[in-house]
Amino acid sequence: MSMLTIKGLNVWFGKGRDRVNAVTDASFTVEPGESFGLVGESGSGKSTILRAITGLVPTWDGKIAVDGQPLTHKRAKAFYKTVQMVFQDPYASLHPRHSVDAVLGETLHLHGFSDIDTRVAKLLDDVGLGQSFRFRYPHQLSGGQRQRVAIARALAGEPRILLLDEPTSALDVSVQAEILNLLTDLRSEHGLTYVMVSHDLAVVGHMCARLAVMKDSRIVEVMDVDALRSSQAQHPYSQELLRNSIGA
Amino acid sequence: MTLLDVENLWVRFPTRQGIFDAVRGVSFTLGRERLGIVGESGSGKSMTGRAILRLIRPPGIVEADHVSLEGRDLLKLSEKEMRGVRGQQISMVMQDPKFSLNPVMSIGDQLIEAYRLANRSGRGKAHKASVAALESVSIRDAARVMRAYPHEMSGGMGQRIMIAMMLIPGPQILIADEPTSALDVSVQRQVLSIMDDLVTSRGMGLIFISHDLNLVADFCDRVLIMYSGRVVEVCRADKLHEAQHPYTRGLLNSLPRLDRPRAKLEVLKRDPAWSDAPSVSGRA
Repeated sequence: MSMLTIKGLNVWFGKGRDRVNAVTDASFTVEPGESFGLVGESGSGKSTILRAITGLVPTWDGKIAVDGQPLTHKRAKAFYKTVQMVFQDPYASLHPRHSVDAVLGETLHLHGFSDIDTRVAKLLDDVGLGQSFRFRYPHQLSGGQRQRVAIARALAGEPRILLLDEPTSALDVSVQAEILNLLTDLRSEHGLTYVMVSHDLAVVGHMCARLAVMKDSRIVEVMDVDALRSSQAQHPYSQELLRNSIGA
Repeated sequence: MTLLDVENLWVRFPTRQGIFDAVRGVSFTLGRERLGIVGESGSGKSMTGRAILRLIRPPGIVEADHVSLEGRDLLKLSEKEMRGVRGQQISMVMQDPKFSLNPVMSIGDQLIEAYRLANRSGRGKAHKASVAALESVSIRDAARVMRAYPHEMSGGMGQRIMIAMMLIPGPQILIADEPTSALDVSVQRQVLSIMDDLVTSRGMGLIFISHDLNLVADFCDRVLIMYSGRVVEVCRADKLHEAQHPYTRGLLNSLPRLDRPRAKLEVLKRDPAWSDAPSVSGRA
């Protein structure tokens, strides 16, 4: 059974004549342990799909099912032990006045764990930060280290699906390589399923086996990365995207 | 022909832990060419661009043997003389158009203001010149854009408007600090080709600051690679993929590539010797 099923998903903002359709009739499935990519230009609706899955957008209809269970608009607490999200900008997603220990400790507490102390230590080891970072504040961390903390926070509830919204686009290429390697390791260690949004085809090509190309709120093509590599994109927009990325 | 000659440039910031050197002894020349400066965040590439225009505020310190623009040492000019250089002779395009345009002034008014500062002329003539400037950066509906406000523009449009504004006074040198990092891949190409056309047709010098190696390799003539405030390597842009320095090689290898899939990306291993080695001269 698929881990994540999206069928006929519509997401909109505003109402009446101000209504904007951000996602129109999106459908795809992600198998357990798979890594699925969403690519497209800004405003094409790729991040909005992730936000709808995680429950940050109330205005959607269609079907979203996680592990066979259809989701309602209100999410149960258990949902957040299955699905977690990592955001684009590590500078904005951590509270500036909370230490790493407080960020992870509070998350673990909310997930209902009691052995918080050992779990914080384990999470830090898992993301390659080590204990010396435990009592630091975000301003004492580099961008890559912050993104590691954000990933540790997402992993705190031992989720099965990780939604990654441009996890490396705010980082330098050398740091990007470290974070992408970390994500690859974590996926195989914890058997995670990834849905990754990126505007960088090379990053999605590296991380994912299949991907969907979005344009103007619609998924125009779903294809294998192998097809992408051999330039077998069908839709003219995917071909253009490919040309722009390979030309670089 | 050399437009700009920078010799032994240092940028220093006093901190509680002592003096921090952001740029350490950088030398280069700029002719009528496209010079790329690449490096990671914190390598000093933006500071180099800002130091040339003397945009570093105290307590920051800028020192150099000389920064000459056609024989005039910019570091010896008064602040008033410097204002005549900024915009008129050397222009700068910053990363994000959202923070560079005035949000409460229409785009037309901003362009007209820029034009009238450079040329003594009436509003009518300034208006015509502004519309022409917008058209030169491929903005189709220039009359409507003149009346619009920055928030009504997309990122790509905003950046093209910035370029139009920078080019109105006819500067000899354009410093572009990550001009396309905030833009989509498809729009990026479009903005770059517009910049390229303008720079070549007017015979300007361009300093293109970016962290994107592929973009620089594609777009520039010559590249300086910076690491911790120093230039570690200088090469021709089309030969960037044959670069020798281990830092440059490390950066190139850490990029994922569609045509060469692999399970793990290479991670850059930093060698302390890189930051101790003297700066390589970027003289043409």
